[in-house]
Amino acid sequence: MSDAVISASGRTPVRMEVNGVAETVYVEPRWLLSDVLRHQLGLTGTHVGCEQGVCGVCTVLLDGVLVRSCLLFAVQVDGHRVTTIEGVTPDEGLSPIQASFQRHHGLQCGFCTPAMVLTAEALLRTHPNPSEADIRDAFSGNICRCTGYQFIVDAIRGCSEEER
Amino acid sequence: MGRLKPNSFAYYRPNSVASALQCLATQPDAKILAGGQSLVPAMNFRLSRPACLIDINGIEALAHVEVCADKVVLGALVHHQQIHEHPSIRQHFPVLAEAAGEIGHLAIRNRGTLGGSLVHADPASELPAAMVALRAVMEVAGVDGTRRIPAAEFFVGWMTTALDTGEMLVSVHVPLSSSSVYGFAEFARRPGDFAYVGAFVERAANESGAVTWFGVSDKPEYRPMSALPRDAAARQAEWQQLAAKLEVLDEPRMRRKLAVVLAERAYQKVEEAKIG
Repeated sequence: MSDAVISASGRTPVRMEVNGVAETVYVEPRWLLSDVLRHQLGLTGTHVGCEQGVCGVCTVLLDGVLVRSCLLFAVQVDGHRVTTIEGVTPDEGLSPIQASFQRHHGLQCGFCTPAMVLTAEALLRTHPNPSEADIRDAFSGNICRCTGYQFIVDAIRGCSEEER
Repeated sequence: MGRLKPNSFAYYRPNSVASALQCLATQPDAKILAGGQSLVPAMNFRLSRPACLIDINGIEALAHVEVCADKVVLGALVHHQQIHEHPSIRQHFPVLAEAAGEIGHLAIRNRGTLGGSLVHADPASELPAAMVALRAVMEVAGVDGTRRIPAAEFFVGWMTTALDTGEMLVSVHVPLSSSSVYGFAEFARRPGDFAYVGAFVERAANESGAVTWFGVSDKPEYRPMSALPRDAAARQAEWQQLAAKLEVLDEPRMRRKLAVVLAERAYQKVEEAKIG
């Protein structure tokens, strides 16, 4: 890739693969990935809470790696692959992780849930049978004000045991 | 809907250190964007309003971990989670791998970079103190060439380093030591929060040692010890004496107390590491 320069007010095409679909969006450099996902691509499953990297609700997968989409400019994602909650949700019904959240009452208001599910996806890829400590460590960056976390831990454990 | 949006800025994505430096020299009010895990929050709050961002994430030459005969060279773009997991780093500097795992949360560690953390120089962050404790040397590049700065001279105060205008950190050289054993401990109120206080303790082969504290003042505090006592009471007295002389910025009673407690915990890790 050659040097790229974009003026402050100019818009530039950003090509990225979002949930397996090649997308081109025209963005200003200052636009956050979280906002571009929601407003340009209509993927409103990515939520926006604190916009300072603390709450974790905007978490997505970038090239399969868990990142905060509020701490990335969309322009940085040119040529990369983004997975949002829409990308891990089947056309019909629920994914095994989502079903486990439902079964174990791992959500109440649901605001943190998309990022929780993506965090679970990332965790279970590297730790197919995580310990409770692994789960609590991985989810320490995702704030939930409803559940008290216990049912979320139960949901991840339930899912990993069932898939085993 | 979120309300925190950064100011406008021009965006530059160089593919080499040379063109990044060129941009830094020619663009007024430019800032380097690495992981962005501290810079972007500051921009979202508009506490930081750079006119130009130089995104160095595409410079592959900055993303390496290289094991040499007498040192390990870490590129500025190595991520915290890589430091935490890298087999060579775990083998040669287990204390560095452990400390990197305490930074933020997984999603932050996946993106945050070594170079970004070091030049940000938050006095409560782990990596600056780790580099001082390990006697690392910073390799800094400018348009006129490169220079090397020992970590102890790199951190000069509150979020301030010895980097000159137009310079960027390109790599960190961490010397291999066969004789020293290190331990690390920190205290934070919640997992992933910035530590109130943390400590690295080194025991050298000749019974001398050192402690490096962070979170107590405006920069890492390195204190060599001509003798690191094996006797618990003598060691406690030594920690207390050193901690009493720290220039603590706020909450001095609590931070001095924590400095003593955490130095001892880090020392216990040294003992465990020796047995292990």
